[in-house]
Amino acid sequence: MSVSARSTILSQFAQVAREQNRKLAPLSDDLVLMDSGLDSLCFAIVVARLEDSLGFDPFGATEDARFPVTLGDFITFYEDAAK
Amino acid sequence: MPQNDAVSLAQAISDPARRSQRFIWSAETQVALGDLGARSSLDCSIEELRARSVLILTRDQLTAALALIQLDGIARRLVLCPPDVDAAHLPFVTATAEVDAVVSDYAPAEMGAAQGGRFVACSSRTSPTDDVRGEQRATEWILFTSGTSGAPKMVSHSLASLAGAIQAGGHLAGANVWSTFYDIRRYGGLQIFLRALLGGGSLALSSEAESTTAFLTRAGVHGVTHMTGTPSHWRRTLMSGMAQQISPQYVRLSGEIADQSILDSLRAQYPRATIAHAFASTEAGVGFEVEDGLAGIPASFFGHAAHGVELKVEDGSLRIRSARTARHYVGNERTALLDADGYVDTGDVLELRDGRYYFSGRRGGIINVGGLKVHPEEVEAVINRHPRVQMSLVRSRKSPVTGAIVVAEIVLKPELAATAASSENSTLKAEILESCHRALAAHKVPAAIRIVPSLEVTPSGKVARPNA
Repeated sequence: MSVSARSTILSQFAQVAREQNRKLAPLSDDLVLMDSGLDSLCFAIVVARLEDSLGFDPFGATEDARFPVTLGDFITFYEDAAK
Repeated sequence: MPQNDAVSLAQAISDPARRSQRFIWSAETQVALGDLGARSSLDCSIEELRARSVLILTRDQLTAALALIQLDGIARRLVLCPPDVDAAHLPFVTATAEVDAVVSDYAPAEMGAAQGGRFVACSSRTSPTDDVRGEQRATEWILFTSGTSGAPKMVSHSLASLAGAIQAGGHLAGANVWSTFYDIRRYGGLQIFLRALLGGGSLALSSEAESTTAFLTRAGVHGVTHMTGTPSHWRRTLMSGMAQQISPQYVRLSGEIADQSILDSLRAQYPRATIAHAFASTEAGVGFEVEDGLAGIPASFFGHAAHGVELKVEDGSLRIRSARTARHYVGNERTALLDADGYVDTGDVLELRDGRYYFSGRRGGIINVGGLKVHPEEVEAVINRHPRVQMSLVRSRKSPVTGAIVVAEIVLKPELAATAASSENSTLKAEILESCHRALAAHKVPAAIRIVPSLEVTPSGKVARPNA
């Protein structure tokens, strides 16, 4: 599950960057999301598409008030929610 | 309060005791407010613009700010163009607002047929002037409402209606350093511009070209004490990893629904700050501000006047009556802005649960994507142009990032639907997305498209809209 969540997330980043004509920074776990080349709208689209493909939205589900800063945080959110 | 007595912006900042050490900062430069009496950013004497209806159309916020400060009290009308104004609509704006002078940092040729009367160049740089302001007048301020499709809608305000303080004094007056993610050429940002100027403070402007990280760093350097933005702006701040660059005393969210999660996150990030969520619109003015740290609005805010504002719920939507609402629409006076009792219908639908009112959406199904409004019909019209689409429904879907996003459901024409293979459907979705990207602003393009067998249709033959 965790491997597939990661690859699904990475391919969504690439797909949305392409659709929105944005240059995506090289993806690594310590990349700060706001430096990835995607804006808030892009992230909203990524989260919505991931909810469709993975079946859940870890941000809507959690009571925990925190926001992911790096790509690694973002992936961990999904991996934790899938457990 | 001195700000309520000011005839003009220039007069409000002219008090020598209060103007020292006060600045407006942009990403590129800074202007000392104390210098503005003897310097001008306009390529003419203000005398030439006296009593005129002046359109202000600028590339950047600082240039607009300087023009506003100099021309409020001089011009008969100031028509403030928002940053995304469509050049094709400028002739309509010019005619409707009876514009007879344009102040701009665009070249006249770039503005095409928009020019009305006298053209005056302006910039974000100032040079010495011997302008004498002379007698000042109460200038009418014309603002564009947000979220209209087609020709812009404009409303009439005054400095008094824009600046009337909800909480006279309190923590919002004084030598504060304000900043806002908003553009000051729209109502939400203009509020902050005026609060900073009239309340004795300074202002750090945002810049479209600047990253969240760079903006927060700059705001931190200027020692920002009061900061405002939409919940989406604040989510972006928390996601930037640079939220600690600022240590505000006051954090305000408006323009979108503030949910408990973002309020709690900001409380955790800024434990010493007042975290407030507020309602304001170009038409209805500032309605209320909630400072108890909870989502929703206490029911006790309704049914009586507080701070000069009366709130009520009628036919499910929020209505506001105060001296801060706009007076009337411009060029469309037959469309009433105020009802018979003087209330503005905000169109925002409220639900009462356990003693608090919560926003549940907009009447008419308007979708709010990170503070930008989307009319579903505009997006549906683009989707419906595709030869294989029979009908479509564009609606809102909740987003933890931008509050809401746009999604679409489409019904294919029957003769084509039966034969469609799934690979063809993904090609079709890609084609529709591409045509949406060509015709619409990015926030209006559906994040997801779903092909459905049918859509509910009302007895009047329209697609049934949830929340409508």
